[in-house]
Amino acid sequence: MTTHKPAARGQAATAPPERGPGPVPVPLIVNDVPYTLDIEPRVSLLSALRDGCGLTGAKRGCDQGTCGACTVWVEERRVLSCLTLAIACEGRRVTTVEGLAQGGELHPMQEEFIAHDAFQCGYCTPGQLMSAVALVREGHAGAPGEEADPAEISEWMSGNLCRCAAYPHLTAAIAAAAKRM
Amino acid sequence: MRPVSYARATAPAEAVAAVAADPGGAYLAGGTTAVDLLRQNVLRHDRLVDIGDLPLAGIEETPAGGLRIGALTRMSDAAAHPLVRERFPLIAEALELGASPQLRAMATMGGNLLQRVRCAYYRDAVSPCNKREPGTGCSALGGINRGHAILGTSEHCIATHPSDLAVALTALDARVHTLRGAGERSFHIDDFLLPPGDTPHIENPLEHGELITAIEVPDTPTARTSRYLKIRDRASYEFALTAVAATLRLENGRISGVRLALGGVATTPWRARHAERLLLGAAAEPGVFDEAARAELAEARTTPMNAFKAELARRAVVRVLRTLAATPEGQA
Ligand SMILES: Cc1cc2nc3c(=O)[nH]c(=O)nc-3n(C[C@H](O)[C@H](O)[C@H](O)COP(=O)(O)OP(=O)(O)OC[C@H]3O[C@@H](n4cnc5c(N)ncnc54)[C@H](O)[C@@H]3O)c2cc1C
Ligand code: SF4
Ligand code: FES
Ligand code: FES
Repeated sequence: MTTHKPAARGQAATAPPERGPGPVPVPLIVNDVPYTLDIEPRVSLLSALRDGCGLTGAKRGCDQGTCGACTVWVEERRVLSCLTLAIACEGRRVTTVEGLAQGGELHPMQEEFIAHDAFQCGYCTPGQLMSAVALVREGHAGAPGEEADPAEISEWMSGNLCRCAAYPHLTAAIAAAAKRM
Repeated sequence: MRPVSYARATAPAEAVAAVAADPGGAYLAGGTTAVDLLRQNVLRHDRLVDIGDLPLAGIEETPAGGLRIGALTRMSDAAAHPLVRERFPLIAEALELGASPQLRAMATMGGNLLQRVRCAYYRDAVSPCNKREPGTGCSALGGINRGHAILGTSEHCIATHPSDLAVALTALDARVHTLRGAGERSFHIDDFLLPPGDTPHIENPLEHGELITAIEVPDTPTARTSRYLKIRDRASYEFALTAVAATLRLENGRISGVRLALGGVATTPWRARHAERLLLGAAAEPGVFDEAARAELAEARTTPMNAFKAELARRAVVRVLRTLAATPEGQA
């Protein structure tokens, strides 16, 4: 069954300005640094970061949203840069693994990854780190002062695959870092 | 991925006008289906209208005591919302058991309902597939169909509807609100996601350029005792082989209210109305649950590869009802 209501009057029905399909200037702010790239609208944020900004931390694993190696933040959200269009990030803050260390100091999560041996080949690591810090911020590693639940950490890290299966070490590193964040 | 043009809309009517005017136009919300399938050449739009800035995110109570969930609300935000968790735990569970944290932080509630099937022949962009290229045949019928549907199938398509959210919404008689050039309208969820029949390429009644603006979930007091059970090949981050969304209310050991919908087994989210009829007023006992599940699955049409789903679904229904019957909140 459907119900009908008349269209609201006075709404603008003009089309928004169209850009592309050829290359267009796209301003991006990545790790607080402004870039302007000449790219087609179809270019993913992952390609723009790697090939346009020279930030090769985010990795291309599957290019179809299944592995998490390309995880970055757009504003506070952890997202897959392979399924995000760069042009859709205009006006939003992008943070990559290169933006995690501050003033030459590693982020506590990076230090705990090293201390707990949370990687082998390292290919998935940038994505793991970006997910891990976001996970703590989202409250899935226990409230401050509380012990983290390893099962909860695993579930909320399930979007990041690791072919070297460093999973137990990853969970331990995240639980340790959560206490210091 | 083929070239596309891009525009970011600032008002709903403007977005509708832009897509409606161009047969190659489509909306871009979270992009987790759209970008994926454009890159695989399964979708072939050449103009994307980004609706990410439209004021259609957020959750509010309706005067009738239900919830109105804006189409652009992210799956993660809807799942975390206190009103959703308190009144409709099955929606929060269905959301959090779907996809991955990153995908849920990108994907929107409206986009979720319009996600495409995960059938490998549909997604490979070359195999015969009636859904992608009408009239070319269905490769899954004689192919690998372990994950395919056993209910609501036709001789033209047997792909399973992939959304978890839609299963919970089906149990709750949700409505989908839309905007098109001619104005607003709304659909009952049962009339929104269509079985394949002779036209598997038509998945919903939307006109080209019609925009989903909100999902409305009516007040459902029994939903406070509800569950979404999802059974899949791995512990997390996987589509359902079988899922059950259920609410249950008992009075003096008898069932005074029940809602039941199945996921992972049908071409649409499957409201289990036969089972509901048998359960209502009956004693809350495992034998009754079992009989109701069997009745619902009696019309299942299986292949040698997916025959296991009928038994899996039967067990899942019984397990959910037993669990709900044992929770104290379900007793009046
Ligand atoms: C690896 C992977 C695993 C997944 N696992 C699950 C799972 O377990 N369970 C599950 O339920 N889902 C799962 N998904 C699917 C995911 O939930 C959907 O892709 C997502 O919800 C789509 O929302 P979106 O905002 O990203 O839509 P988009 O990709 O932006 O859009 C999808 C479609 O809807 C149209 N559209 C979007 N918004 C509107 C609107 N408001 N009005 C009209 N048209 C619109 C677009 O034009 C497009 O055709 C998975 C996806 C991936 C990639
Ligand atoms: S099951 Fe449906 S989607 Fe899959 S190949 Fe057949 S027609 Fe296409
Ligand atoms: S490269 Fe983005 S999820 Fe695999
Ligand atoms: S460390 Fe090698 S893939 Fe994770």
